Amino acid sequence: MTTKDKSLATIYIMGKEYKVPGSLTILQAIEASGFLFVRGCGCRGGFCGACSTVYRTKDSYKLKVALACQTKIEDGMYLAQIPFYPGNKATHNLSKIKPTTETLCMLYPEIMRCISCGSCTKVCPQDIKVMDYINAAIRGDYKKIAELSFDCIMCGLCATRCPAEIVQYNVALAARRIYGAYVMKKAPHLDKRLEDMQAKKFLTEIETLMKSSTDQLKERYTKRELEK
Amino acid sequence: MYSKEFQESIKKVEATRKERLNQDFPKLSLAERSVLLEAYHPDYKKGTMREILIGANKDDKTPHEFADLFEAYSHINPDNFIVPAPKYETDVLIIGGGGAGVTAAIIANQAKADVFLVTKLRIADANTTMAQGGIQAADKANDSPAIHYLDVVGGGGFHNIPELVQALVNDGPEIIRWLEDLGVIFDKAPDGTMLSIHGGGTSRKRMHPCRDYTGAEIMRCLKDEFLDQKIKYLEYTGALDLLTDKNGNCVGAVLVNMENGEIFTVKAKTTIIATGGAGQLHIQGFPTSNHYGATADGLVIGYRAGAKLAFLDTIQYHPTGVGYPEQILGQLITEKVRGVGAQLVNADGERFIYDLETRDVVASAIIREVQDRKKGIASVASGGVWLDTPLIEMKSGSGTILKQLPAMYRQFIKFGIDMTKEPVITYPTQHYQNGGILCTEFGETNVPGLYVVGEASGGVHGRNRLMGNSLLDILVFGRRAGKYAAEQATKTKQVNEGTIEHIKKYHQELEKAGVPRERKSPILLPDYRPQEFKGKYSFLSHLKD
Repeated sequence: MTTKDKSLATIYIMGKEYKVPGSLTILQAIEASGFLFVRGCGCRGGFCGACSTVYRTKDSYKLKVALACQTKIEDGMYLAQIPFYPGNKATHNLSKIKPTTETLCMLYPEIMRCISCGSCTKVCPQDIKVMDYINAAIRGDYKKIAELSFDCIMCGLCATRCPAEIVQYNVALAARRIYGAYVMKKAPHLDKRLEDMQAKKFLTEIETLMKSSTDQLKERYTKRELEK
Repeated sequence: MYSKEFQESIKKVEATRKERLNQDFPKLSLAERSVLLEAYHPDYKKGTMREILIGANKDDKTPHEFADLFEAYSHINPDNFIVPAPKYETDVLIIGGGGAGVTAAIIANQAKADVFLVTKLRIADANTTMAQGGIQAADKANDSPAIHYLDVVGGGGFHNIPELVQALVNDGPEIIRWLEDLGVIFDKAPDGTMLSIHGGGTSRKRMHPCRDYTGAEIMRCLKDEFLDQKIKYLEYTGALDLLTDKNGNCVGAVLVNMENGEIFTVKAKTTIIATGGAGQLHIQGFPTSNHYGATADGLVIGYRAGAKLAFLDTIQYHPTGVGYPEQILGQLITEKVRGVGAQLVNADGERFIYDLETRDVVASAIIREVQDRKKGIASVASGGVWLDTPLIEMKSGSGTILKQLPAMYRQFIKFGIDMTKEPVITYPTQHYQNGGILCTEFGETNVPGLYVVGEASGGVHGRNRLMGNSLLDILVFGRRAGKYAAEQATKTKQVNEGTIEHIKKYHQELEKAGVPRERKSPILLPDYRPQEFKGKYSFLSHLKD
């Protein structure tokens, strides 16, 4: 069935037909069909991964994925959301962890089951090279994982397609936290500033500001030097 | 690629680009800022606010959209609702699972308190996750917390509460170290030096970015730490109202499981409101950059329990919301885009404001350009000017956008616009609630037992917040309130029975003021369905009127 009115599109929400204005995003189209989101909707801006959607277009066997808030509907879309995925997260105490080559394999031994099929990379709506960072995880290459996985929004689609039952986004998060906390250098100027704070170096100056009248503050504000 | 109708204007932008590249644009004086704000900032628009009829802020002005929430009845009718016995008992109850709530939970848990967190969506479904450009903290040699203080109060129109600003700027450096220890990956040089940049209204480069996923990066590390600490929580659980005891102290909350409608209560020694902002109210019809859950629930339930509000007559409109395409109208184009060199230009390719003025000022200038000077882009009905992004690549080299602004690149390329080659269209969007529940530097409200953190609180940012100070705020006050509420809870031996007497009284006042009975709050979820589907949400439908 096709829609006669050109401005309307026909979509199928979990198999049931609805007609909605063709300019909407998937998220807006589901709402326009009369649904109230409790699950399956988050930031509405492409940052939270709550609205992962699997779809197929008419006359095609191919399954595609999208973030519902960032994707315009197409006529004949068959839509299903995956609002929750029961993926494993290994809990750990970051302050006691050692960033060795084996750490990630100990936290998530299932990464060794990766068969390099590439399904995870293919499915990622952020176009992240997921399989590559899982391979880096097996090697314990934290820098590589951090760089490759940084833009992950943890929508979970990679895990839904993984034949080895790896929860890639949690592996990446663990690796990034280890990288950030142990491998990257701490900011040297921050060490210095924390010493200043300990010595209460700025105490009097701030107290003076707190006691200043609005006019005094305005004067100091106007005269303040601007870093180029 | 833009369609034909935009091309003529784009040509004008391209024609002036080279000349603008290294051009200085004059900054406004404080007096000039005031004139611009009073003439064009939406806060000053006549007929958009009213005085609240009842409660702790009776006769104070606030936008109609807020007033409608305060002048509204609870979903529970105290005349027929019997408060169920507590399903859970805890030391610290936290309502809200964004950056502020999760931070408070981590710290309260570390202080050995029993913590219970509820959130109406998922943990981390919050404006925190959407924060892009960076977090402020004075940690470089040419900077100091005192200089940061001055920037904050200048940005806030010199209305900020000094004790709160002091806490904000003094805790800044320590917060950055805490985040480093939690594994947050900041943009750094190989030796660890932070690659910090300017934001609007900063006098030093103290914005610490994590590409343009700063909030997402911080939030996912916080969430992971929260899960690692095995803190108790319930998702898809909304707060309908607080519980108060015979002395008016807050002793917990009435909650609803938003999937099956179960109504239950939590008894708590201390309660922290961390419910975030209010973008989904769409004040004055503005689009919003905010999260689905930004419906001001905490303000409503706190206000009914007697909490005093501050600065609720000022809203932050982010100058650069997406102005086109309509599918993502109002979503954020981070200030970092201007921080790394993009310029605002009108339809004729002319600059009209120094790009890193404070947000209220830049937003007002864009509104003036479109509404008054008629120099907006003609083919954008909702109003818009250009944000000249290819300049970034001209200034800092090709590839800069993909490296420093990957989220922004994705946002536009999904709709066929390549911001490395073409400018993007922008217009102000409702972004931040400058005001909120008044509190001390430890998050205490005037209601004993009740605390507030993050965007739901008001006072630290005065009448306009600077970029990067909200991420700092939620962490600074999340930690302070988490620690303090935990200490207070540990000292509390016994908690009195929780009642809804305060709601009964509030309802009586509403009736006296003639507020229509159908008006209910909190909203919990914004309703974007067509009119014919709107009505009572199914998870509330069994509550008797």
